Amino acid sequence: MTLDLIVAQLFTGVALGAVFVLLSTGLSVIFGMLGVVNFAHGAFYMTGAYAGVFVLALTGNFWIALVAVPVLIGVMGLGVERFLIRPLYGRGQDYPLLLTFGLGYVLIEVVRILFGTDGMPFETPPLLSGGLDIEGLGYFPAYRLFVIAMTAALMLGLWILLERTRYGLIIRGAARDPEILSVLGVDTRKVFLLVFGLGTGLAALAGLLAAPMRSVNPEMGVAVLIEAFVVTVIGGMGSLLGGAVAGMLVGIVVSMTALWMPEMSEISMFALMALVLLVRPHGLFGRGALAR
Amino acid sequence: MPMCAASISAKGGPAVADPLLEVRDLNAWYGPAHVLQGVSLAVGPGEIVALVGRNGAGKTTTVRSIMGLIPKRSGSVRFDCADLSARPTHERFGRGLGYVPEDRRIVPGLTVRENLVLGLLAARLGKAAEAQAIEAVAQRFPRLGERLGQEAITMSGGEQQMLAIARAMLSNPKMILLDEPSEGIMPALVDEMADLFLDLKRGGTSLLLIEQNVELALEISDRAYVLDQGRLVHDGSSADLLADPTIRDRYCAV
Ligand SMILES: Nc1ncnc2c1ncn2[C@@H]1O[C@H](COP(=O)(O)OP(=O)(O)OP(=O)(O)O)[C@@H](O)[C@H]1O
Ligand SMILES: [Mg+2]
Repeated sequence: MTLDLIVAQLFTGVALGAVFVLLSTGLSVIFGMLGVVNFAHGAFYMTGAYAGVFVLALTGNFWIALVAVPVLIGVMGLGVERFLIRPLYGRGQDYPLLLTFGLGYVLIEVVRILFGTDGMPFETPPLLSGGLDIEGLGYFPAYRLFVIAMTAALMLGLWILLERTRYGLIIRGAARDPEILSVLGVDTRKVFLLVFGLGTGLAALAGLLAAPMRSVNPEMGVAVLIEAFVVTVIGGMGSLLGGAVAGMLVGIVVSMTALWMPEMSEISMFALMALVLLVRPHGLFGRGALAR
Repeated sequence: MPMCAASISAKGGPAVADPLLEVRDLNAWYGPAHVLQGVSLAVGPGEIVALVGRNGAGKTTTVRSIMGLIPKRSGSVRFDCADLSARPTHERFGRGLGYVPEDRRIVPGLTVRENLVLGLLAARLGKAAEAQAIEAVAQRFPRLGERLGQEAITMSGGEQQMLAIARAMLSNPKMILLDEPSEGIMPALVDEMADLFLDLKRGGTSLLLIEQNVELALEISDRAYVLDQGRLVHDGSSADLLADPTIRDRYCAV
């Protein structure tokens, strides 16, 4: 086992982790805020990849897709919250859970009808098809570097939004106590709407970014949803930093076990989750007593 | 002074000529339990009105209904010449109706300053005006001023109560609904709080004051309503009620 093989695998793990981070961030923000366990999140991820295929076919430009896909699917998320989830608030967590579970299946079926069941090729954008060759360390594909950098920038932006702006204060406040915010003049329904749209847009972006690295097919969101849940649980529900750390951790653990014990790579993240929960029942950065 | 074009006060109306807040025939339910049964009350501009009664009489339910926070309710709420009966809670605040809830509702995870800023969100001030407003609070409430960067829920109960009141005052509401502001506060601070309420009144702010401490409430208020089992059983001037203990003994004894 050579060093460059280990480094290459580690790098793959980080790139994979970046996708997990984006996906679990949306999942965790939506749960922390709306109290909704969003089972449609994997389907939004998949829809993002297909929307990418569609926009790419239309414009031939990956960079346009990078902007258009999260916006398009984010707007779809707004519609889902407004017309499907909002009527269910105040009825217990099972209702939105069942709704999003069903919605996930509906989206998969719609994509099967529109694009077929076979899956689609998704080429790495030409500008990012090269790589970085570092003597003695190995070869780093440019696209994966881009995914990592893009995720880091987004997480930083999101952190600034949440911790340094008034919108962030509203979101943090409404996550803890929506009633007091409404008493202080904030339309919390609007906050919930926008947060759901934001989470959905992030899922779509994750799907688009993953498309050139993993295959695009109608079921691509199923496994990744489970992975995102594992990441969210390890990091602690509702914690941004937790999701980022746990996403990287799971990405690295999965790809390193694939290197040493390929037969174990499927279950390694669950073992990690069990281990973390034994030591910290609320996850690495979870505080436990979230308002709901 | 609001002079509403179409005031609805007519026969048997409240004892206020030109009310800022006028509540009529308020009913509220928790599931099948009909806990408020036809409550009507009014508060004039610059008036302090006390709402007293035993535990479970429905005082909290009354003010929560006025803020639109009880899902199952009926009756009308007019405030500052507008019918708010069907308006959502945040719009009621926007009209100038402040509320300090019974359990203070200091937001965990946020600092004292952030909790105060929440009270200014709807005003959409610039950064400078916002800092100025917070500075004014720090001057008026030195205990809060010393703790602006501290996580708010780590403060003492009395300090949290001050924070809840300061937060509701920041937007200069026309009226504040106060649900047991003196609860769990040491006597020295209670006097300070009473002075603050009288200050607010002098500044033209109306108060609807719910109090377990009936003596205190009657001393600083102009008028009072007594609530029992979801119905109003008495209303009149606070001075009269203070002088005549029979009603107090009957409806306010714990
Ligand atoms: N969330 C609720 N669900 C069911 N019943 C409730 C609820 N809140 C209050 N009640 C009932 O409604 C009635 C009125 O309660 P409310 O809290 O308005 O009384 P209160 O006058 O504020 O009492 P206190 O002086 O103890 O604060 C009580 O009988 C109470 O048990
Ligand atoms: Mg009460």
